[in-house]
Amino acid sequence: MTAIPLGVPRRLVEFTLDGQEARVPEGATILDACRAAGKDIPTLCQGDTLTPKNACRVCVVEVEGARTLAPACSRKAEAGMEVRTDTERARHSRKVVLELLASSVNLSTTPRAAEWIKEYEAKPDRFGPDAARVDEEPRVDNDLYVRDYDKCILCYKCVDACGDQWQNTFAISVVGRGFDARIAVEHDAPLTDSACVYCGNCVEVCPTGALSFKSEFDMRAAGTWNEAEQTETTTVCAYCGVGCNLTLHVQDNEIVKVTSPHDNPVTHGNLCIKGRFGYQHVQNRD
Amino acid sequence: MDLHFGDSKPTDEEREAVDALLGPPGSAWETAFGDAAVRSDADLRWARGGRAARERRDLLLPGLHAVNDRVGWISEGALDYLCRRLTVPPAEAYGVATFYSMFSVKPRPATVLHVCTDVACAAKGSAELCAGVEGRLGPGSGVSVERSPCLGLCERAPAALVVRAGAASGPDAAAGGGSGAAVGGGSGAAVGAGHGSVAEKPYATAVIAPATPEAAVLAASAPEAAEPEPAASLAVPQAGQPGLTLLRRIGVVDPASLDDYRSHGGYTALRRAFELGPAGVIREVTDAGLVGRGGAAFPTGVKWKATASQPDHPHHLVCNADESEPGTFKDRVLMEGDPYSLIEAMTIAGYAVGAHKGYLYLRGEYPRALQLLGNAIEQARARGLLGDDVLGQGYAFDIEIRRGAGAYICGEETALFNSIEGYRGEPRSKPPFPVEKGLFGKPTAENNVETLVNVLPILTMGAEAYAAIGTEKSTGPKLFCVSGSVERPGIYELPFGATLGELLGLAGKPENLRAVLLGGAAGGFVRADEMDIPLTFEGTRAAGTTLGSGVVLAIDDTVPLPRILLRIAEFFRDESCGQCVPCRVGTVRQEEALHRIAERTGAAAAGDIALLREVGRAMRDASICGLGQTAWNAVESAIDRLGAYE
Ligand code: SF4
Ligand code: SF4
Ligand code: SF4
Ligand code: FES
Ligand code: FES
Repeated sequence: MTAIPLGVPRRLVEFTLDGQEARVPEGATILDACRAAGKDIPTLCQGDTLTPKNACRVCVVEVEGARTLAPACSRKAEAGMEVRTDTERARHSRKVVLELLASSVNLSTTPRAAEWIKEYEAKPDRFGPDAARVDEEPRVDNDLYVRDYDKCILCYKCVDACGDQWQNTFAISVVGRGFDARIAVEHDAPLTDSACVYCGNCVEVCPTGALSFKSEFDMRAAGTWNEAEQTETTTVCAYCGVGCNLTLHVQDNEIVKVTSPHDNPVTHGNLCIKGRFGYQHVQNRD
Repeated sequence: MDLHFGDSKPTDEEREAVDALLGPPGSAWETAFGDAAVRSDADLRWARGGRAARERRDLLLPGLHAVNDRVGWISEGALDYLCRRLTVPPAEAYGVATFYSMFSVKPRPATVLHVCTDVACAAKGSAELCAGVEGRLGPGSGVSVERSPCLGLCERAPAALVVRAGAASGPDAAAGGGSGAAVGGGSGAAVGAGHGSVAEKPYATAVIAPATPEAAVLAASAPEAAEPEPAASLAVPQAGQPGLTLLRRIGVVDPASLDDYRSHGGYTALRRAFELGPAGVIREVTDAGLVGRGGAAFPTGVKWKATASQPDHPHHLVCNADESEPGTFKDRVLMEGDPYSLIEAMTIAGYAVGAHKGYLYLRGEYPRALQLLGNAIEQARARGLLGDDVLGQGYAFDIEIRRGAGAYICGEETALFNSIEGYRGEPRSKPPFPVEKGLFGKPTAENNVETLVNVLPILTMGAEAYAAIGTEKSTGPKLFCVSGSVERPGIYELPFGATLGELLGLAGKPENLRAVLLGGAAGGFVRADEMDIPLTFEGTRAAGTTLGSGVVLAIDDTVPLPRILLRIAEFFRDESCGQCVPCRVGTVRQEEALHRIAERTGAAAAGDIALLREVGRAMRDASICGLGQTAWNAVESAIDRLGAYE
């Protein structure tokens, strides 16, 4: 018995990927094909359960005959397409995009960023010491999670997760324009005055650590955060009958944060405030 | 959707502004929320809004305009009230309100003086104008001075635009007609109801160009009493000359009179269209070889055919009148000088692609065009040239004007759809293309003003005669916006294939010409010795440049080139929507590098020029839309063709 319904079989699209024949189901993206073929393309705004906004442009590839590069995460594979993932042109754009990002925001908590910067020989410092940065102070206005937009790459994932793709609360949006664009709630108020319901689904999808659990934020500030020492245990939330899957991240015998598996066919990584943040009673030892 | 609202309340004025657009609220829940005294029993059982209101999300931008027009800025209470009425989440509406430069979410004076500081105006002393205006106004003047990108008045540079929120004083204020003091047309209430009627506006505007500090300050203190703008035909040095096609009625007809338009050949093209049938019209347009005049040069017939053949319905027609390319003002002159021609052309286009609704997206900085088009639509409707049964042919078509609010990016076709739909004006990624999924997710043909107006001569003279004008690959007449250091700036009509030298000859080329910016900020520079370049799509391409939107901005050797390049870079940095990294950050890095080398040349500039090239290449390759992809063109051409920093 399979847990996931298979649906109607889809037609296969045949195209060329780096000179090799590739076959993917209709509707699959170039990125899907790359991953199936074991190619590692950097991605930031792409998320496994959200429709990517293709805004970060680190996944660009060359499509034969196209004037510009294409975002692998969003461009669907088409029959007969000739795609090259590792050309000088594609690598150049990825390098510059990484430089532009790293020179304007803090990527220190973005998984794999350092590795890609090295691989593409990006030199974010070459824009000089006066290069404009986002330069924002972390916003700590509630006890559950912290918004540190100095780390935000404007990937739109949190907006989509809070909006019509996951949570349907629509508490946050991109505001302003150009380099001044930011994620904010209405009237740029504190989170506590907004429509936020503290489900933490935005934190779940944030690829940079711009949104983080207050627990994690505080431990990082204190220098006690140690991912290597953490264990992860997936269990079932006991609060209500929905029965969402929770992944407890435990360090030194304390729960330090709660995430949720995205491949769960019912919840896809979504939780509510209780499952996400209501874990203190578990470790209440008095 | 479970919306959350804060407790800020609208003022009576703000509420009235919104209600004038949307009609009175159906329930006290929507009005005096929190005020139990006016809630009725029925209200307590009333869950209003829901889908009906949500489907009018596209009224968000008109709603923001309504408040901004009346009050001058958009307060928390006003925004929340508008959101409540439309069932739009306040965070999203805040994101939309902060996207447009003509709106403010912070208190500001009711009078805003927009002073153009863009390329053509910069060359004609906009810096002195700004300084003079600010010196005279001083603090507490009740006027907010804002530096503006191109106002589309480049032939009369330097230019300024006054917008005063709030009811215009005096009974004459609404009767400005085509004059500069006109109270803009196309009332908000009418937009909501789907009519573009010319009701009295709650705001006043005045256009001052060419502007002196004295005239600008005077107009800001009393926009209703400002000198009337010169007639649009004064922007057409060829006006009245024989042999013109697109400009032939400008300066000849009264732009306010439908009868006059008809007596000058108006509506013969539409009659011919009905004789040919939709497929016949598309065939004519295809055979005529018409390609889009907005810069992309895509074949119009192909676009129309693709839209017309989509099984999904309804089909939409969108006229892109968001002319914001610095140096471009031809659409404004067409709309102000011959507004009915656009209405007729849109009707034909709608008929061809099977649309019953046409959206005319007009840039927010064009008050006179708004007033004249609003009048033209109303007259056409009254005479059965728009409406349920156009010309008694059983074809229903109507046009709605949507006002932009200061965002160059909304000229990008998909950003324009988002803007109309009430979202941030961010471009969508393509595919899917608009002909398949455009406005409201439906098949849409989008054309700019000049392209549409070309359809009239195609139908009246026939495809063959039209195609005989110009060259084999670039057919028909072309409009050029000539500004900068020439004797007679303005709009010129020439058949495709005339050379740059011929055009500048007409406009009065200066002795000391240094360079020409072709195609606007997104185009490129050519040298003064390249006057043989043929003005065709293929000819400019062969010369390694572009025709773009038809901008020809002449720069003489008194104008400091690095300053112009900086202004171009600043323009793109300001106008980037911010969605994608190469453009959002790349435009900033480009401007920074240009600042560093503004005073440097040779080896001292080499490092930064190499950096500019690398960033520019990634912007061109990896940006989502044309803005980021072209933001480096002009600077690159100045370095390569003009030797800007040698
Ligand atoms: S806060 Fe995180 S998820 Fe949201 S846009 Fe920024 S980087 Fe993306
Ligand atoms: S996370 Fe929330 S919805 Fe899911 S089981 Fe726990 S309490 Fe229920
Ligand atoms: S290229 Fe610029 S304007 Fe276009 S989508 Fe990207 S950020 Fe927006
Ligand atoms: S991951 Fe593809 S554009 Fe961001
Ligand atoms: S109006 Fe100032 S540059 Fe066009």
